[in-house]
Amino acid sequence: MRNIGSKIYSSIRLYLHYVSINIRCVMQYKTSFFLTAFGQFLVSFTTFLSVFFMFQRFSSVEGFTYSEVLLCFAVMLMEFSLAEMFARGFDQFSGMVRRGEFDRVLVRPQNEIIQVLGSKFELTRFGRMLQAVVMFVYGILKSGIDWNFSKILTVIFMLIGGTTVFTALFLIYAAFCFFTLESLEFMNIFTDGAREFGRYPVGIYGEKMLLFATFFVPYALIQYYPLLYILGRRTERIYMFLPLLACGFLIPALLFWKFGVRHYKSSGS
Amino acid sequence: MITMEHVCKSYKIAKRNAGFGEAVKALFHREYETIHALNDVSFTIQDQEMVGYIGPNGAGKSSTIKILSGILTPDRGTVLVDGRIPYKNRTRHVKEIGVVFGQRSQLWWDVPVIDSFELLKDIYSISEPLYRQSLEELTELLDLAELLRSPARQLSLGQRMRCEIAASLLHRPRILFLDEPTIGLDAVSKLAVRDFILKQNKTHGTTVILTTHDMQDIEALASRIILIGKGKILMDGTLDDIRRGGGSIDETVAELYRTYDI
Amino acid sequence: MKKYLSFFRLRFIMGLQYRGAALAGISTQFAWGFMEIMIFRAFYRADPSSFPMSFSATVSYLWLQQAFLALFAVWMMENEIFDSIINGDIAYELCRPADLYSMLFSRSIASRLSRAVLRCFPILIVAVFLPQPYGISAPASPRHFILFLITLILGLLMTVSLCGLVYILAFFTISPAGLRLMFNSAADFFAGALIPLPFFPEKMREIMELLPFASLQNVPLRIYGGSMSSYEMQKAIFLQIFWLVVTTFAGKILCHLAQRRMIVQGG
Repeated sequence: MRNIGSKIYSSIRLYLHYVSINIRCVMQYKTSFFLTAFGQFLVSFTTFLSVFFMFQRFSSVEGFTYSEVLLCFAVMLMEFSLAEMFARGFDQFSGMVRRGEFDRVLVRPQNEIIQVLGSKFELTRFGRMLQAVVMFVYGILKSGIDWNFSKILTVIFMLIGGTTVFTALFLIYAAFCFFTLESLEFMNIFTDGAREFGRYPVGIYGEKMLLFATFFVPYALIQYYPLLYILGRRTERIYMFLPLLACGFLIPALLFWKFGVRHYKSSGS
Repeated sequence: MITMEHVCKSYKIAKRNAGFGEAVKALFHREYETIHALNDVSFTIQDQEMVGYIGPNGAGKSSTIKILSGILTPDRGTVLVDGRIPYKNRTRHVKEIGVVFGQRSQLWWDVPVIDSFELLKDIYSISEPLYRQSLEELTELLDLAELLRSPARQLSLGQRMRCEIAASLLHRPRILFLDEPTIGLDAVSKLAVRDFILKQNKTHGTTVILTTHDMQDIEALASRIILIGKGKILMDGTLDDIRRGGGSIDETVAELYRTYDI
Repeated sequence: MKKYLSFFRLRFIMGLQYRGAALAGISTQFAWGFMEIMIFRAFYRADPSSFPMSFSATVSYLWLQQAFLALFAVWMMENEIFDSIINGDIAYELCRPADLYSMLFSRSIASRLSRAVLRCFPILIVAVFLPQPYGISAPASPRHFILFLITLILGLLMTVSLCGLVYILAFFTISPAGLRLMFNSAADFFAGALIPLPFFPEKMREIMELLPFASLQNVPLRIYGGSMSSYEMQKAIFLQIFWLVVTTFAGKILCHLAQRRMIVQGG
């Protein structure tokens, strides 16, 4: 037990060491950094505007009002940005594989995932994070929800579950790089697509999509169902805990990654 | 001790032919081609040996290095490095080896070299006293004192290679793989690198396996040469074994390539 | 001219060879289009009377948008060109007997066209056979179809011209990545890539339609479904030509300045 504890501790320390080197690298080009971060800040702002303007015209969609959709969007964006902050390093993984940098990772006595995430940590993502925080606060304030302990807890669960699910998706994206470097575009629908389409509650996309988002990739577990609980449309306690259940999605993702590493080691490319 | 016995490795790659018609055809039907990178390769390398591993591009050199460093799993055959199977239990194995890829850098481009070293200290979990000691020794032997404070991007190729080598040796590996360590270096740096590798082998008894196209490297460093071509070991012996007559080392090797038609 | 044709051919063959990429791209765009349609369906159900276009025209708009994504997506700029600007390799282009701006322009057209040709047919074919109201409808009239084709070409030229400006501005900025991010999100928003312009409030839409961004996908995709009056179409085509001239001219001047700077600074 103590062994595992010290292993986790040293892994976190190593990750932070990577992060600090990355920050020092970025700070060599300060102006460039701030401009890129500002760009990141603006990027998802237009997504918000597209929701805003749709609701200038329509008063509700599938029974959800503007403030309710806004809350949904804000929480989803926050989940995504948190995951992106820590795990979007996988985004550049195809380049790492193509350039053979992953060989270097494999000749080092540390967990591969920590090395990849650490070495590709990108501080400019902080820009998007900042925007997510602004939207999150705005969404919460605007929601007009009568907050109580279990609702607050539900939001926290959503953030935990959502960050985990998106991290798992980034991991799956990276694992695909072991098999194909050309067909990766398809994964975008599950990551960036989920962020974009997650601005509306999954329910509006119809029955089949809801089934898909419940049993295949658990988006609904981190967005739609707990949202119903917070909005008071459902009162069963189980809806509160569904986001935690969604964390289980990390297991197949990790297995797939392991499988991918094994494949890489046998195909060598 | 390193032993490889009857190791085979083959890849399947998609054929891509030139031309528009071929491209359209490939859209529906794709042909694959099997390449035997290693075909029944066996050799043994004793501790503290210095071995030059030569052969033309695509002969199987880098597949061998990848297998020995645990990056690649062979299709068949047995591989043992100091009693370990490299591709099983990767983390334990790689603690004991150092790898220098001549064409790729492991240093961080924009921070001082010493920062990259500090990170490696954490990656290899090197204890503080051992790290101090290694660093001091490497700094002296490779003449790094002036370089450690500058970012890697400001270093010349030769200076950077010296830092790369130091980075691969901080954790005192028992085996060092050098993949084209002198490629593109100026004469002074080449000599410095060769000189250092010799010393490292003498003082620490590090086993060195070296791939290179530079035959002077071989002449200066390797007491033993393994020649690989088309996935097979063609020759395994000392420099004197292959040198017939008074030709230069380049001529000798070119002659060998011709003899074996590789 | 011949060398750009061979560049186009090369790109096209490359696209064919990477069939995995093409397949992945097509399915992604297909899924994306489908999800967009579901959003608009939900809003349509909520209040059909607030819908500014007919539902089938909206669906056609969304499918055409996916089918011709490569023609209009501003974010599909070539990393190769950006990299060569950042690391200075572009200086080699100056040694060639071609004008730098024409090179950028024709190269972008070639790579966009080759991508679009490869991807548009599968998407369009599937969209035609989808059950109504989720499939693409026939163009409003033969006249609309011809105008659609003309404005499609104008829109492509306009996209290339605008992106050309961004490439060239990268010479002058220290953060091409930041510039690109900001340009991408602004352009997508104002071009009607996120939601078609008719869905914006009246006043805002009127202003947005005057901006150069409205001359990209907005014009052809709306003409196809017949949601523009004759007068609106004339105005839109006039604006497309106007902006095309202005941005191309600006691009040429900036490019000239950039070259002078490059020569003075030694690249």
